[in-house]
Amino acid sequence: MKILVPVKRVLDYNIKARPKADGTGVELAGLKMSMNPFDEIAMEAALRLKEAGQATEIVAVSCGPAASQETLRTALALGADRAVLVQCEGELEPLAVAKLLRAVTLREQPGLVLCGKQAIDDDANQTGQMLSALMGWAQATFASRIELQGASEALVTREIDGGLETLSIRLPAVITTDLRLNEPRYATLPNIMKAKKKPLDTLTPAELEVDTTPHLNLVQVFEPPQRQGGIRVSDVAELVGKLKNEAKVI
Amino acid sequence: MTLLVVAEHDNHSLKASVRHVLTAAQAIGGEIHVLIAGSGCEAAAEAARTLPGVACVRWAEDPSLADGGAENLALLVTRIARDYSHVLAAASAFGKNWAPRAAAQLDVAQVSDIVRVDAPDTFTRPIYAGSVWATYRSTDPVKVVTVRPTAFDAAAGEGAPAPLERLGAEPGSGLSSRKALSLSQSERPELESARVVVSGGRGLGSGERFKALLEPLADKLNAALGASRAAVDSGYVPNDYQVGQTGKVVAPDLYIAVGISGAIQHLAGMKSSRVIVAINKDPDAPIFSVADYGLVGDLNEIVPQLTAAL
Repeated sequence: MKILVPVKRVLDYNIKARPKADGTGVELAGLKMSMNPFDEIAMEAALRLKEAGQATEIVAVSCGPAASQETLRTALALGADRAVLVQCEGELEPLAVAKLLRAVTLREQPGLVLCGKQAIDDDANQTGQMLSALMGWAQATFASRIELQGASEALVTREIDGGLETLSIRLPAVITTDLRLNEPRYATLPNIMKAKKKPLDTLTPAELEVDTTPHLNLVQVFEPPQRQGGIRVSDVAELVGKLKNEAKVI
Repeated sequence: MTLLVVAEHDNHSLKASVRHVLTAAQAIGGEIHVLIAGSGCEAAAEAARTLPGVACVRWAEDPSLADGGAENLALLVTRIARDYSHVLAAASAFGKNWAPRAAAQLDVAQVSDIVRVDAPDTFTRPIYAGSVWATYRSTDPVKVVTVRPTAFDAAAGEGAPAPLERLGAEPGSGLSSRKALSLSQSERPELESARVVVSGGRGLGSGERFKALLEPLADKLNAALGASRAAVDSGYVPNDYQVGQTGKVVAPDLYIAVGISGAIQHLAGMKSSRVIVAINKDPDAPIFSVADYGLVGDLNEIVPQLTAAL
């Protein structure tokens, strides 16, 4: 089975995002960019399926600027066999990404698409579900456990509010990964060197005949209302007094 | 303008989030319809009829809708969505699951997890784990929007019973089926709707101490129990306790953070709480920067004293 793993280049999770001074976006210039952490988990899940003999090939795909090649090289260093960049400039909404991924999916014909449940930049949590809908496939979001039952069925345990749900889904399907699915590996230096020689193809939205025109207009990006720090209390008695008489919450 | 609120329920009763989504719908303005889709869900449909400000309850009853599976629910919503200017749902595990599917089938963008309605077509939502907020104006004929429940008050009271309209059954897609469901059993209030939340971090040191120290405090306050991601990753408590960017977003009247340092991703999940108390031995812990009342000291002494003083 071939597995397609979409990966996104995002602002590194250790860096605090700040709006640009003119409010037209988030400041990214000169800042460290990394693979979306949830996509690393998806890549790890794909690698483990391949190592278990349940997958034959892993194709990483990214939709974004030319610099997304770095993210794809990371995916190749982790163990993907090939990579596809759909090179696009400007903002891509999840619906546009899903349409691009649909076009790549139709070309590649994977048995499974594994992707992160959300990207940590726009926090949209949409792309996997949208791709699944556009393909007319089953979906299993927020996966914490994946068991393939041959090439036509998977059992997926999902993290839902208040517990866990296990679904049987028909393959091919889209599975989106949650935090607890696995702990991603690091790329080793020899594998980083090897990754430089692995195939990386570049496509464009025009070649895929996909219209990526945004449906949403960004009005403004800004700092949210800041919470003011309060006071220090010296002991439990003072705390209880404040909660009763000042905050009136107990 | 007519809006559709897709209600989360367990076939018997409505989830608390429905009333929060209603408030967001009222802020947009227009006639509000509620969709109840399920199997054996007449009780939930009846309950929806008396929600305040609801003009019509649309009720879809079919075995294929029993478990709230995304594929079948999205097909149903897509079929009726053209009657509406907006389709709204809670940004819960339920709404996040099917809403993008319906949006893609409608060829419209989704606006996820809104915290503010700026205009009927304009919404504000947190991005980058809430470090930044962004306001978007939608150009789509049907606006698919998920709502962060804690950002909108619950719509209070009851209305005169709204008419119930039965929808035709949707043939099931057969793409997926539920094999098992395991919900955490607890006598405590649900984390996302509790008035008081007691949350513990890695400072507790072990699952045993988490339980021994925080459960009596939570019992006294009738509070839900939460945890930081660090406490979950250390194995003290299951993942459904997790408060933060990758867990649950809560906004109770009182949030008591015990032994939690206050990583950005945790603050993203609780900083909208009305009153925050932080108990931590490190006076420089970032949690104190958002706490209304900070108490520096050994939680092993402070927490039992607090429990006894309440």
